[in-house]
Amino acid sequence: MFRYLVRRLLWAIVLFLAVTIVTYVIFFLVPANPARLAAGQAATPERIALVEERLGLNEPIYEQYWGFLRRLIFDGSLGESFVDRSSVNDEIFRAAPITASLVFGAMLLVLCISIPIGILSALRPRSLLDRVAMSYVLLGISLPSFWIALVLSYIFGYKLGVTPIAGYCEVISVPQASNCGGFGDWAYHMVLPWAALAIVQAGIYVRFVRAEVMDTMTQDFVRTARAKGAPERRVMKDHILRNALLPVITILGMDIGLSLGGAIFIETVFGLNGLGGTAIRSIGQFDLPVLQGVVIFGAVAIIIFTLIVDLLYAWVDPRIRLT
Amino acid sequence: MTALLDVRDLRTQFKTEDGFVKAVDGVNFSVESGQTIGIVGESGCGKSVTCLTIMGLNESRNTESSGQVLFNGEEILGASRSHLRSLRGSEIAMIFQDPMTSLNPVHTVGRQLVETVLLHNDISKSTARERAVEALKEVGIPRADQRVDDYPHQFSGGMRQRAMIAMAMINDPKLLIADEPTTALDVTTQAQILALMKKLQEDHGTAIVMITHDLGVVAETADEVVVMYAAKVVERGTVDSIFNAPQHPYTWGLLGSLPRLDADIDRLAQIPGQPPSLLNPPPGCRFNPRCPYVMEVCRQKVPELRGVSHEPGHLQACFLDEETKSREAARLFAATMAGSASN
Repeated sequence: MFRYLVRRLLWAIVLFLAVTIVTYVIFFLVPANPARLAAGQAATPERIALVEERLGLNEPIYEQYWGFLRRLIFDGSLGESFVDRSSVNDEIFRAAPITASLVFGAMLLVLCISIPIGILSALRPRSLLDRVAMSYVLLGISLPSFWIALVLSYIFGYKLGVTPIAGYCEVISVPQASNCGGFGDWAYHMVLPWAALAIVQAGIYVRFVRAEVMDTMTQDFVRTARAKGAPERRVMKDHILRNALLPVITILGMDIGLSLGGAIFIETVFGLNGLGGTAIRSIGQFDLPVLQGVVIFGAVAIIIFTLIVDLLYAWVDPRIRLT
Repeated sequence: MTALLDVRDLRTQFKTEDGFVKAVDGVNFSVESGQTIGIVGESGCGKSVTCLTIMGLNESRNTESSGQVLFNGEEILGASRSHLRSLRGSEIAMIFQDPMTSLNPVHTVGRQLVETVLLHNDISKSTARERAVEALKEVGIPRADQRVDDYPHQFSGGMRQRAMIAMAMINDPKLLIADEPTTALDVTTQAQILALMKKLQEDHGTAIVMITHDLGVVAETADEVVVMYAAKVVERGTVDSIFNAPQHPYTWGLLGSLPRLDADIDRLAQIPGQPPSLLNPPPGCRFNPRCPYVMEVCRQKVPELRGVSHEPGHLQACFLDEETKSREAARLFAATMAGSASN
């Protein structure tokens, strides 16, 4: 177990280096000058050269990369924005909770929708409910998330006026000037984004839960459980679900990690200034340190959640040994 | 005295897209307390479905059953779900073919045994656990008090089947249905498992319905034999009468195809052809397309199970005259004896 964790950690470091190097290289392959953008439109060549030197852009790539690594390792700093010299750490810490609120809430909703529907569908294949569920799956997979987001926002936010159209409220550190805050306001503002993300994601999960449950139902040990005289509810809970949900955990963990890198469309529609927005802005402004910050955060999120999934998996399924 | 299990004119059919598949078609047999009855036949002849029907374990959505299943004189075919549940695992237990997949991989063996106890007994968890350890000891699991916390994948195939047997016997059932319990095991383990079942039967007085395609298993364990072919019983009798004076050409075929260590032959005898589709069985005797003794009447009329003269309790369903039958049976018997004698 200990050796497993050590190996996973080493892997994470390798992965981390690979991801950051790739981001650096891609960034410098793009024929644009960040210093020019940072210096402003009317800047003289001298001024651009000055900015270049300030930002360290005149050094060779490997020097810049090494500088970035050194800062990260020794100061725990992701650097400063090219554009306004603000701390990237601060920007990530500001944006990450917003994206995390969106992703975790939506995933919880996804599970609440997909597990019951998936089970009922599996129990009565080709029934009316199953057909409706499968049509929903098709819609969920085919419809783009921003479209769902816009439709929800239009209907519930604009026409019916029951939810906010856009915006975000802090839960814990509420700014003085803000007119909303606290858990209630936070959840109230997150309802539509959650729903939009969950409706799209849940489609795949319904399909997945249904397939896994149907597959597990035909297993011999389920027949054994019935032959012991176990009631159906118990057979489902103790024998089918425990086995059927194992693969669901894997996909869920990966999806959470992936979405934490920024659910760009949903964030944009609902004016949530999360990591997705930060990433887009930094790309537009050639703000490498900020972009690098978002990429690193996403990579670390994926690494952490795959590790959690693996540990959880080994805990739920005794056949898996972590070595 | 009423039989422990009395199956009368049992019929089970599955609804499929192509029509009804009659998987069990008018099966009769009975089991006395403490007796072992072997149900033999090829794959797909309805042996397993018969037993699943008795247990009420068929998928209810597409299955129809009729006839009677009397357990202790009480009709259990079509009994309420909760009543069937209370019988399953306590009065009637079942073990299955593949011990590798019949235990839940994510629960410990002990937990699965305890579950069986607690489903039918109002006792504490710790008492149930003690009983689980006892049961594992009884089926010969070494260090049962430690192995009880193992997961199924930590057990070998033979040990898993022992655990399955322990689970089936833990509530001291009156009837044990064993669906090909040794098919997935290697030969030495097979013998151990059969010996174990025999011993448990003697200790507990359990009746056993042994489903198998292996006549060797039947010869070793059964008191009575039911031979099934294409959803119907073609011959029924004591193990002696079936092996010494088989009456049905299908039974001859089965006996003739047994591999023997002592016979010096290059090829095993086989029954030509395939069992018929149960969706659309042939008219008349269902064995007629494969029967070397087929007569005109076999293609037109369905033979009924009839008694064999001079042999009470021996029933067969074949139109052949007794003279031909005794001649063929004697020939088969002589052939097997010749095989033994040449040794």
